[in-house]
Amino acid sequence: MSAPQTILPLEVRQLVFEANSTRLLHDINLSLTAGQRTVILGPNGAGKSLLLRLCHGLLRPTSGDINWRGTGTRDRAIRHQAMVFQRPVMLRRTAHANITHTLKIRGVARTERRERADAALALAGLSGLADLPARLMSGGEQQRLALARAWVTEPEVLFLDEPTASLDPAATRAVETLIEGFHAAGTKIIMATHDLGQARRLADEVVFLNKGRLVEFSNAERFFEGPETEDGRAFITGDLLW
Amino acid sequence: MVVRLACLLAALMLAAPFAAAQGTPLTLASTTSTENSGLLGNILPRFTKDTGIPIRVVAVGTGAALNLGRSGDADILLVHAREDEDAFVAAGYGAFRRNVMFNDFVIVGPNDDPAGIRTQKDAASAFASIAASKSVFVSRADNSGTHKAELRIWKSAREDPVTASGRWYKESGSGMGATLNLSAGLNAYTLSDRGTWMSFRNRGDLDIMFEGDPPLNNPYGVILVNPARHPHIQAEDAKKFIAWLTGPQGQAAIGAFRISGEQLFFPIAAQP
Amino acid sequence: MSTILNAFAEAGALLASFDADFLAIVGLSLRVSLTAVLIACLIGFPLGAAVALFRFPGRGAVTLMLNTFMGLPPVVVGLLVFLILSRSGPLGVLGLLFTPTAMIIAQAILVTPIIAALTRQIVEDLWREYSDHLRSLDARPLDTLGTLIYDARFSLSTAVLAGFGRAIAEVGAVMIVGGNIDHATRVMTTAIALETSKGNLATALGLGIVLLVLALAVTASVQVINAIGARKAAIA
Repeated sequence: MSAPQTILPLEVRQLVFEANSTRLLHDINLSLTAGQRTVILGPNGAGKSLLLRLCHGLLRPTSGDINWRGTGTRDRAIRHQAMVFQRPVMLRRTAHANITHTLKIRGVARTERRERADAALALAGLSGLADLPARLMSGGEQQRLALARAWVTEPEVLFLDEPTASLDPAATRAVETLIEGFHAAGTKIIMATHDLGQARRLADEVVFLNKGRLVEFSNAERFFEGPETEDGRAFITGDLLW
Repeated sequence: MVVRLACLLAALMLAAPFAAAQGTPLTLASTTSTENSGLLGNILPRFTKDTGIPIRVVAVGTGAALNLGRSGDADILLVHAREDEDAFVAAGYGAFRRNVMFNDFVIVGPNDDPAGIRTQKDAASAFASIAASKSVFVSRADNSGTHKAELRIWKSAREDPVTASGRWYKESGSGMGATLNLSAGLNAYTLSDRGTWMSFRNRGDLDIMFEGDPPLNNPYGVILVNPARHPHIQAEDAKKFIAWLTGPQGQAAIGAFRISGEQLFFPIAAQP
Repeated sequence: MSTILNAFAEAGALLASFDADFLAIVGLSLRVSLTAVLIACLIGFPLGAAVALFRFPGRGAVTLMLNTFMGLPPVVVGLLVFLILSRSGPLGVLGLLFTPTAMIIAQAILVTPIIAALTRQIVEDLWREYSDHLRSLDARPLDTLGTLIYDARFSLSTAVLAGFGRAIAEVGAVMIVGGNIDHATRVMTTAIALETSKGNLATALGLGIVLLVLALAVTASVQVINAIGARKAAIA
């Protein structure tokens, strides 16, 4: 990735999010730096997805700050980020057109779009499906297309919200390989998952959330060998807490 | 896609003015009686052929035609309500008025003639017996020349049928054709100009029950809308039309027009 | 009963005759209504999509208005356009009264609220699905509008057909602003009204049948194009 490193680190200060006067995230403090693959872990309803959306700028915090370096607001920063969702949003167009659409939105000249979309499709192993309507592709193919679509924007930060939650093992492996590719190219990975195996495979550092609170934030090795908190231990031994 | 749409739109929009612009046509506001009977369709092409001036007809009631003249939306009026026409010219809306032709009104009604008007001596007493027997009568009630003629006859019969509106006196508020359709449906009496009646095809049980009384005469006048009020009026061409219509060629064409072999309109341009 | 049977014979005879006058009337009907629908789309698509997407004060009122104006009485619109285009009206100098352009304007006014209101509904539904992706891309409002309208194109064609149906079938507005002038502004519906007033009920109904066949042809071709396109884009 050639994107200049401009927006990291991400500083989250006293972040609070409420919906319908229910507090869903409590006083989150977090500092994320470049290079590390950050995995946000936690049971369902812990607030992983909310945290991602707030950091990406799809939601506005009730209080607290989300600061990307040198910007202070989301408005500049979001153009250096991409996000892949659990259920990918597929435009009612071909796989190829899904990617050229993104390029067009990002102001890439028409003459360049085709070539770059071809390259991204090749990267995701979808060259043979370029002219297939995206909505006719399998779940795994759709998720790979979503990653290819993110790839062409050359993001500095890639958010992934449970990207493999509804995929079979083979498709999961393909998606994880692509995520590794982003990492290798220098993109900061911030991924939410509740899949412990996936977290062990991909994480450099773990943000462990439970019931809307940040419970642990540590090096992945340390977290998986011996979590510092009761909740953390319960989670990695599979005694899911509610 | 957007480009394609824009081209299509432009083509369609441009086509509109072109289609209309084979020389700016004169606009003649006239009554349904002259248009629906086929008279104008018969004589206007001759005018265009003689002079090269295209002319188009907006067929409405006399009241509506006078309004089109007032607002400057027509160049010439061919109407039949003498008092209103004179008032129109006197008020400065019209430049001048000329006699053109007359036809006549007929009282149409059900064959069995429940009001017994066939044997009445004049139109007023025919109307009076319709009122007396409370036979259903359909009025145009649209401010047209025919409507005004009808009201004049009621007046001379010393009847005020509007008080019976909705009972035996039905006010259609529509043109002659719609009113005849309504009358056929209700098997009712109505007053119609002879031309529209002659060319009307949905008669049901109706027939002419009374005709031939002088108050049933229906004179038409032609008026030039005042170019002093509306500068866009095509006065030169309009004057040529009026001269043609009231001159030998136009008058001959009117007199020669026949429906089912019957003459409907009688030229009277020579009269004052 | 015989009138109705005669009407079918009349309709068949009209269609078979290729009579120049009759074809001119059919052609003008199509030209006026299709142009009006095209204009209504150019206004109604962005307008409806904008109301669906953007939060602004009075948005509820605009939605209510669009939904209400779907039922605008043609006669009222015709009268309004008549008064505006009349020589004594504000746009009288254009000399558009009693021209096909005036008819197009009146029908566009009738159809625009229909297209805008249906577009609002359709785009709002699609926006719910697309918003995460488009907001993540930081798409500008215009790009967002364009994406939603383009991707909703198959659903929107139903809105277009609803608008076309309204335009081709209405008589009140075109009668007033067009004047039903032979060889100039006479369309199918005003011709039907004219034949009815002449008491030629079979001819009138025959014209009505032709009008129906015409509407059927337009609708069917849109649906066929749609079905082919939808299969390509996999709308399912």
